[in-house]
Amino acid sequence: MVPITVSLMTGPARINFHHPHLLGIEGLSASEIETLLDLGDHYVELNRRDEPAEPLLANRTQINLFFENSTRTRMSFELAGKQLGARVINMVAEASSIKKGETLLDTAMTLNALHPDVLVLRHRDSGASALLAQKMDCAVVNAGDGSHEHPTQALLDALTIRRRRGDLDGQVIAICGDILHSRVARSNIHLLVTMGVRVRLIAPPTLLPPFIERMGVEVFHDMHAGLKGCDVVMMLRLQTERMSGSFVPSAREYFHYYGLDYAKLAAAKEDALVMHPGPMNRGVEIDTDLADDINRSVIREQVEIGVAIRMACLDVLCRERGKARKQNTEDAA
Amino acid sequence: MNLSEKPPIAPVGPVLYSNSRLLDPASGRDERGGCLVEDGMIVALGPDVTVASAPSNTNVLDCDGHCLLPGLIDMCATIGEPGAAHRETLVSIGNAAAASGITTIICTPDTDPVVDDIALVQYIQQRAELLSAVRVQPMAAITKGLNGEHMSELGLLAEAGAVAFTDAARAVTDATVMRRALSYASAKGLLIVQHAEEPSLALEGCMNEGELSTRLGLKGIPAAAEVIMIERDIRLVELTGGRYHVAQISTAAAIDAVRRAKARSLPITAGAAPHHFALNETAVGEYRTFAKTSPPLRTEDDRLAVVEGISDGTIDVIVSAHMPQGVESKRLPFAQAAPGIAGLETMLPLALELTHNGHIPLLDLLRTMTARPAELLGLPGGRLVKDAPADLVLLDLDAPWQVDASRFRAKSKNTPYDGRPVQGRVLRTVVAGVTVFDAQAHAEAAE
Repeated sequence: MVPITVSLMTGPARINFHHPHLLGIEGLSASEIETLLDLGDHYVELNRRDEPAEPLLANRTQINLFFENSTRTRMSFELAGKQLGARVINMVAEASSIKKGETLLDTAMTLNALHPDVLVLRHRDSGASALLAQKMDCAVVNAGDGSHEHPTQALLDALTIRRRRGDLDGQVIAICGDILHSRVARSNIHLLVTMGVRVRLIAPPTLLPPFIERMGVEVFHDMHAGLKGCDVVMMLRLQTERMSGSFVPSAREYFHYYGLDYAKLAAAKEDALVMHPGPMNRGVEIDTDLADDINRSVIREQVEIGVAIRMACLDVLCRERGKARKQNTEDAA
Repeated sequence: MNLSEKPPIAPVGPVLYSNSRLLDPASGRDERGGCLVEDGMIVALGPDVTVASAPSNTNVLDCDGHCLLPGLIDMCATIGEPGAAHRETLVSIGNAAAASGITTIICTPDTDPVVDDIALVQYIQQRAELLSAVRVQPMAAITKGLNGEHMSELGLLAEAGAVAFTDAARAVTDATVMRRALSYASAKGLLIVQHAEEPSLALEGCMNEGELSTRLGLKGIPAAAEVIMIERDIRLVELTGGRYHVAQISTAAAIDAVRRAKARSLPITAGAAPHHFALNETAVGEYRTFAKTSPPLRTEDDRLAVVEGISDGTIDVIVSAHMPQGVESKRLPFAQAAPGIAGLETMLPLALELTHNGHIPLLDLLRTMTARPAELLGLPGGRLVKDAPADLVLLDLDAPWQVDASRFRAKSKNTPYDGRPVQGRVLRTVVAGVTVFDAQAHAEAAE
């Protein structure tokens, strides 16, 4: 079989993305986001046709450095890198010297000596990827830092919606649940507001960060009012340790007011799309039957789109690096 | 050669600082004249004190019209000794202070071991006497081990030389403990200094709570954490009559509370650090740990309130809030990084910004770092008058320069001001008649 190399000609005509790293959605323009979504779309099609992508990352090294457990995000990044021909190395915090008290920056310096081209970081502290980006010579992709951002999740959510609805502009989208602690929510808010979506947040006041309304969103404390007329409902995960009286009185009370079931969903548009970044707490933030419904419809698609969008991100970042490299060589000559 | 290293040579015979602009914030003196120093004391000063009037064996130093003011008293600095000499020592802090016009450092008791025993007070005094270019006076702990429970020996510690009492970066949270400390201290007129932050509201917070903390995904400390603690303490001052001082005030609401308490003649005073009037929360920007402080940098409205508070006297003193941190405690993700700014060497030039940009008259500003802290702590310095100790600063008020962390004399160089253009350079610092810093000699030595 002759491998068919799909050239960029079949992808988006113009790549408008000129950042050395992907640390967050905040600060990206609509056209930059559009570029990533278009390229993601291109990779979805390519992957579906079972055609090998151009090995844009051949001879490139990608390190996945994960300080928090995450199977799906790590695997998605690993697969994305491999699809593009990169050498992918996975580092898990438990097994490494980080456990022995090595600081994040010392770990970074060690990894830097391996001359990676891309570092994908997941860390419990907000700003960890920004810190690494200052010290590393390679492109850094934020795969989730504390309560700050999780840009690739927002991009894959947006592409999922765009593929279903054709366009993001003018959609009414509700984000429900633990917005206070959620990096997914912050990235989604930045992205959706930038793309002209009417974003609503629905949560009890204790799970909303201060001044969140200044980010261009409408805030609701009541599910029925908030879901009324929505095109998309994005549910967030509520961690169990936050349910026992510290932020909400109990899991039972939370589900009563903020759990998504068919009755509450009836307020949204009839064909409203329900999304969840997973893993779901059945019976806490989402009714179990409804969860199964979503499982059938969107989850599989989200996983598929996740790989494609991460391919798009790795692709644009390596193009930027390629340019920088070329520039350096020219400067040296 | 490092001139500020001990032991400097005491001058033989009297010294005349002639042709200077004499500034005494306490009396309001601002005039051309000379200042005659002998045996570590000011023996004469005024327009008539000239070369002609001085005794024949006088060493004359022509000040060339520059400002001569009382040595600054920094009411809140953290030193590394004992226990953290890798961060700062009495030698390094003394040199840093001398080069910055500070002749008296009041240090916090959060050392290891904690200054909650007279032996520690004496230890710091004796070592400082031996090693430090400037005067160092310790504050002692309000509660033993800073545990917030048992009162330390306030009376004995004061007799040993502790100038005030504080649990440093920890607030005294238990209302009864605070009540009793204020009450006990009131009998002896001792000063209780509080880190005003309700810890249960500051829970894991690492910056000001607001829109920026939401965007950065960092846990915030609400402004209410400060004012709640201060308003509680105001009630306790009312109850006890104890003298109470807010170490570093940072919010508009708290400044307002202090202003109202002062209007009722309660014995309440407050200090502020330069970063609370020279910076606002946006300095944290891209997770800059050098801008992480406690209390945190606040909003622009709060910053303006601090300027207003200094201007109208609600805020009594400006302190360096010197908090040395090594790179190992700053080069971390923001939430994990230690708070604090190495502030000694930027205190005066940052404060002078308030004068240079027209917010606060020069003498009023200098009062917050001289006469006022001396008054609060019962120290003999802080004044430019006959029979006061000859702790002096010669200042070129307008000289422009740029902050350069690499040239700090302090051991720790954690500053968010690196590269900031400032105005006002210390030419010479004198402690008890002895020159401990001479900019000219320093520059020559550096060449």
